[in-house]
Amino acid sequence: MRLTQGTFSYLPALTDEQISAQIAYALDNDWSISIEFTDDPHPRNVYWEMWGLPMFELRDPAGALAEVRKCRETHPNQYVKVNAYDRRLGRQTTALSFIVNRPKHEPGFALERIESKDRTIRYSLRAYATREPHGNRYAE
Amino acid sequence: MAIVTPSSDRIDVRAMLGDAGIADVLERLDADLVGLQPVKQRIREIAALLVIERLRSELGITSQKPSLHMSFTGEPGTGKTTVALRMAEILLRLGYVRKGHVVTVTRDDLVGQFIGHTAPKTKEVIKRAMGGVLFIDEAYYLHRPENERDYGQEAIEILLQLMENDREDLVVILAGYRDRMETFFQSNPGMHSRIAHHIDFPDYTTDELFEIANLMLDRQQYRLSSAAQEVLREYLVRRREQPNFANARSVRNALDRARLRQAKRLCEQEFIEREDLFLIDAPDIRASRVFTDSV
Repeated sequence: MRLTQGTFSYLPALTDEQISAQIAYALDNDWSISIEFTDDPHPRNVYWEMWGLPMFELRDPAGALAEVRKCRETHPNQYVKVNAYDRRLGRQTTALSFIVNRPKHEPGFALERIESKDRTIRYSLRAYATREPHGNRYAE
Repeated sequence: MAIVTPSSDRIDVRAMLGDAGIADVLERLDADLVGLQPVKQRIREIAALLVIERLRSELGITSQKPSLHMSFTGEPGTGKTTVALRMAEILLRLGYVRKGHVVTVTRDDLVGQFIGHTAPKTKEVIKRAMGGVLFIDEAYYLHRPENERDYGQEAIEILLQLMENDREDLVVILAGYRDRMETFFQSNPGMHSRIAHHIDFPDYTTDELFEIANLMLDRQQYRLSSAAQEVLREYLVRRREQPNFANARSVRNALDRARLRQAKRLCEQEFIEREDLFLIDAPDIRASRVFTDSV
């Protein structure tokens, strides 16, 4: 199951050239770039690991793209995303976020039914990958 | 750009120069900067090389991308930073850098305070400078021979690696005083050999300094009275002989102080005319310490 989170997630994987163009677009809008990675694909997992510090005052996408490549090389089998932060007063939030790397095999999610009071059923999602401990998920 | 048509072997170089707007930048370089003939000559040569290289690559003649890293050496106040800004503009117009901005850094911006701090710090600066020019002022401070565990060496190594591998993304310009840069290059031969263009900035002559002074005053809408012109010449001759003379920077400081004295003089008068606001007179310069000390 292909994870669909963030912008462009219904498109085929972006090439480096396309990633670079997107980063350039973000920089033209004065957004700062940061890179994050994780092996926990749950949609409510908003705390991905930071790949270095956010990059401020960039003018050219080459530097950020080099970081994307390095992060991919280090975590080839994890999710990697690029975030662009808009610091303008009144917005001050992530303006653009897209996945630039994903594991080769994405097993997807299990739907769990939790019986609670009075036979009510509550639903929960659990990624198959997270049955393994952190670090062993998505092992090839 | 279709400068070269396949049917003809003739190439319109003028059009190429005009298209890139290089002639325009070089002209402004000539007009705005007094003197510095050898520097202007070298920049013209570099610009010519870049134009031809681009032409060659457009024609499909294989040629290596020229190494563009430079070192600017010269006494203080000889225009190294100004020329670096112009160089960035030339490189931008020829398409050798993508953005053409100049990131000016010194040792403090590159070297960290503790183990493991230098590499991320240097790399961050490099990322900021990508697509433009990294101007390292007083580059010799990176190397501290008296302390072999100094983190400056680490910054130098990262820079060297980058100057070799990421030529497409970044142009590095090292700048500093002549003699200290020489010792720096002697102790870092790798750095020396990776820099293709060593440009030396000569000191200004008194006439050139005088011209610079007039140019500066002109931009700030001031004028020298004819008596003041004489005094300024004498001032420059004397100032050159004194320690800590920093060429154009000293001239600017001298003029700033003259403006202070002029303002004070005007405030002490009862009535002034509009013309007086523009005029710097002989006593404004004559009051300088340069005259009182040596007499």
